[in-house]
Amino acid sequence: MTADGEIIHFDNVGLRYGTDREVLSDLTFTLFPSRFYFLTGASGAGKTSLLRLLYLAQRPSRGAIRMFGTDAITMPRSRLPQLRRRIGVVFQDFRLIQHLSAFDNVALPLRVAGHREEDLAAPVRDILDWVGLADRLDAKPATLSGGEQQRVAIARAVIARPAMLVADEPTGNVDPDMALKLMRLFEMLNRQGTTVVVATHDLDLLRKVPDSLIMRLDRGRLSDPTGALRYPPRKPA
Amino acid sequence: MVRRLFTGRDTELIPQGRMSGPMPWVIAIMVAMTAIALAAGLALGNAVSSAKAEIEGGVTVQIIEPRADIRQKEAESAVAAIKTMPGVAGLRLVPQAELDALIEPWLGTGIANATGSAIPVPSLIDVRLKGPATPAALSAIEQRLKPVAPSARVDAQSNWLKPVFNAMVSLQVLAIAIVALLALALTAAVLLAARTALGTNRDTIEIVHLLGGTDAQVARVFQRSIGYDAAGGGAVGLALALVVILVLARRFAGLGAGLVNNGALTWGDWLLLALVPVLSTLLAMVTARLTVLHALRKML
Repeated sequence: MTADGEIIHFDNVGLRYGTDREVLSDLTFTLFPSRFYFLTGASGAGKTSLLRLLYLAQRPSRGAIRMFGTDAITMPRSRLPQLRRRIGVVFQDFRLIQHLSAFDNVALPLRVAGHREEDLAAPVRDILDWVGLADRLDAKPATLSGGEQQRVAIARAVIARPAMLVADEPTGNVDPDMALKLMRLFEMLNRQGTTVVVATHDLDLLRKVPDSLIMRLDRGRLSDPTGALRYPPRKPA
Repeated sequence: MVRRLFTGRDTELIPQGRMSGPMPWVIAIMVAMTAIALAAGLALGNAVSSAKAEIEGGVTVQIIEPRADIRQKEAESAVAAIKTMPGVAGLRLVPQAELDALIEPWLGTGIANATGSAIPVPSLIDVRLKGPATPAALSAIEQRLKPVAPSARVDAQSNWLKPVFNAMVSLQVLAIAIVALLALALTAAVLLAARTALGTNRDTIEIVHLLGGTDAQVARVFQRSIGYDAAGGGAVGLALALVVILVLARRFAGLGAGLVNNGALTWGDWLLLALVPVLSTLLAMVTARLTVLHALRKML
């Protein structure tokens, strides 16, 4: 985190795949700690591409990105893992490792970060209990329902207490009750100091987190990075 | 702990079936061929060195006088003359009975009785020099024998075995080349296997990367996986090679030829053969590691 408190800063960022037109253009915005952001936009607006930039799966074609006080564009590749360990990711398609149990999927970030084996069991059990899967520790992803897989993915994203949680359509595969439950989980995390960025095209979801800030992507351009379009709309002073 | 990610069976990042797939068997075949080629090379090397050491200072003096009484006299004079020369470690006049035995398989016995005259077989003197049988040493013997045994012909034993030695050394070089080629083939096979495994597990690798995993951690997973395959395949390959080597050793021993018997493997040679699967495993692991690291560098 920088002295002025920002954790992410995009400056005139653009992204294109190959020689196609830019899928993201002129993105300039700042994310602050302990805030809850929604990233909205129609399908194909570039939400997933922007999230990929946020969780360092992709480098932009142009512009500058600062993350946790570090220039994420020019930093050597060898330092990326350290930065990535500060970011939790919930993928739209969960991306659980199919041959590992729920326990081992959730434990993966801790193992990767070098935690001792004897220190893993308690936090992993706690977090799986927290997402309501205490009795499915040994279950392989294929035997879990969509909602259960989603919760394992969320548990894996938050187990290492990331500074920022990025979630791509986390409620896309679950029923409304489960969607609400997941939002409560994210809010709880957010209250504990994690910056949350949730990409969704479900406008009803925005209503469920009243203090959230909204970023809207329209054909690759960010129309409201300041939070003025938060839902319900902020009344003029 | 990071190590457990790569050592605990229950948390293997890459699903692994021990000794499954073609890789362990490819390695087994390569280790077997390498061990057999190496054993052949070592045996040839032993045979050459041992035979060389044995005949390096060997000189054969033939008294080719056809008249038996003169031949006998010249042989005795030659023995007496050579004995007085410096640099001679020992000598032996080969007894007539031994010479008769040498030609018996071709000419049979009782020729003298049957034809009325014996075949004039040259007398042989087996001389051992203290040093190698150089042209100068041979010349000195020739000069010494000229007045006392004019029909003497002096030859270094190593001369007439030289083509045999050259052929054996060529075979040894061939064996070493085969070992080197097999090592290259193993490297290529592991490289292909590692690339295939990378492609198959690309999604898992990307997830591990995004969770903060390092290239070294991912490479260690592949290195270990291929290490298991190589160790298993190597053990099977060595066992196969040992069977072949022991069977061949028994067959060659049955020939009873001195040169072949000298090629017996020493304890050091057996140790080298045992190192083949170990070195193959190390080679496979290093190849896998470098291949994976190289491929990962292309990913963000």
